[in-house]
Amino acid sequence: MADVKKIATRESYGNALKELAPKYPNLVVLDADLAAATKTGIFKKAYPDRFFDCGIAEANMMGVAAGLAAAGMTVFASSFAMFAAGRAFEVVRNSIGYPGLPVKIGATHAGISVGEDGATHQCCEDIALMRTIPGMTVIVPSDDVEAKAAVAAAIEHAGPVYLRFGRLAVPVFNDPETYHFEIGKGITLRDGKDVTIVATGLMVNEAVVAAEQLAAEDIDARVINIHTIKPLDEELIVKAAAETGKIVTVEEHSVVGGLGSAVADVCAEKCPCLVKKIGVNDEFGQSGPAVDLLKLYGLSSENIVKTVKEVVGK
Amino acid sequence: MERAEKLNLQKIATRIRLGIIEGTFHAKSGHPGGSLSIADTLAYLYWKEMNIDPANPKMEGRDRLVLSKGHTAPALYAALAERGYFPVEELATLRHIGSRLQGHPNMNDTPGVEMSTGSLGQGISTACGMALAAKLKNEDSRVYTILGDGEIEEGQVWEAAMFAAHYKLDNLVAVIDNNNLQIDGPITEVMSSYPITDKFTAFGWNVIAIDAHDFDQIEAAFKAAREVKGKPTAIIQKSVKGKGVSFMEDQVSWHGTAPNAEQYEQAKAELTAALAALD
Repeated sequence: MADVKKIATRESYGNALKELAPKYPNLVVLDADLAAATKTGIFKKAYPDRFFDCGIAEANMMGVAAGLAAAGMTVFASSFAMFAAGRAFEVVRNSIGYPGLPVKIGATHAGISVGEDGATHQCCEDIALMRTIPGMTVIVPSDDVEAKAAVAAAIEHAGPVYLRFGRLAVPVFNDPETYHFEIGKGITLRDGKDVTIVATGLMVNEAVVAAEQLAAEDIDARVINIHTIKPLDEELIVKAAAETGKIVTVEEHSVVGGLGSAVADVCAEKCPCLVKKIGVNDEFGQSGPAVDLLKLYGLSSENIVKTVKEVVGK
Repeated sequence: MERAEKLNLQKIATRIRLGIIEGTFHAKSGHPGGSLSIADTLAYLYWKEMNIDPANPKMEGRDRLVLSKGHTAPALYAALAERGYFPVEELATLRHIGSRLQGHPNMNDTPGVEMSTGSLGQGISTACGMALAAKLKNEDSRVYTILGDGEIEEGQVWEAAMFAAHYKLDNLVAVIDNNNLQIDGPITEVMSSYPITDKFTAFGWNVIAIDAHDFDQIEAAFKAAREVKGKPTAIIQKSVKGKGVSFMEDQVSWHGTAPNAEQYEQAKAELTAALAALD
């Protein structure tokens, strides 16, 4: 097999903004002094008149975005997930969420794979925070193909959207020729009857790899890619719970309030079954190379294989 | 300003004050003090300054007001009702379940409300976004926002102040309502935001200081703001909290307390007499 191409979803985000700009003349992009890192710099270079740096002032940036949207502009506001969802949370809640303004928040450097910058910058709480806001759509793309499709869909969506991107280059595994993105619709990547692995973001590819290894050991694992955490594809989750009886969730996020919690909520109410969560176990991260950190915190195909085996009792 | 016009604005402001008393009495809660202090400003903005159409609240190219000090919604609602956005009788539903007059303004509920506000420090940022949008769309529309002198203790206000000056938003006017009182007491005791004029000047704004209850000064300030290019304007208006109701004036206890039946009658009697005196 040829080497798989690797692209960070933040790169996909910057490229998508640039590619979509001609189609949306009212599209403007805001950033908070991180354009080079969030990759909105790609848009800035091509469309300098439609890019506005807000400086290191994320709360104001979110408010400015709300005002632009209220006045009819299509607006993306970008920073690291820690600051976009964390520091500016209350502005996102009150100035964007409450009035339901169609601001698109492009949050990059999410999760532990930020790497060397360490715990202060490794946001593992953003999915939990954002999905508590009524009307907020929360999307976590798994690769380049999905990230670009998500940006395009977010623009067309009438309400606010939180898009979560990563710093680390990750394999491009979705086929651009056949891939179809729809907000709120999960994708079954592999059928299976023994257990279902529900993954999001960069863990989707790890889940696929894990399922292949499990198949070699006679464990038939279904793999579902949940790119939209909110609104969650409840139908697909309930069907998987009913048909496979056991679910393992995998996310590069705290086990508190993220994908695992969302899936467990649905199963508890509609189809009770075992839901085992793989994620960051209610602890802060630390500095180190991203790939090593992912392994250390159990965010790897190896740990998915191990956990699934425990869950199915083999 | 001509005498007849000034009398008319004074009458409108008094009717706005009556609306504030009406709303907060029937709500049995709300913020009359800081509402009464901005009644004259709202009268000037909605009857003289702003390009708006109550029959078409979403008119393209209109001017916009963001009430950053959103707790003074009773004043905004009274002004909007008086101006014809919705029936004056509706003011009595303030803060009731199912009412479109929420405790703090919500743009999706109330005709004429341009932004949901109430969490202090956030309105000015949204006003910056609207002013920037007007520039990008080549509209000559203007954006106004009203902040409290306690509100400007919020750090986000100064992030917005930097932004407005950096992007030369000369179509933006921020009114700072300087009644010197916040919930816990005088701002000089709680957390001084003084010197307010020097702060906005240092942030690169055109600054004008006025008496909030003098229509000649109000008019001069908003006219001067239109002439300034390349800078946003801050109008620092020295106001009296509770203005127009004798027992509420300059009393911090009226920040967030509604009048009881007896106080309601007294306030109404005072304002009705003031209205009659203007005839």
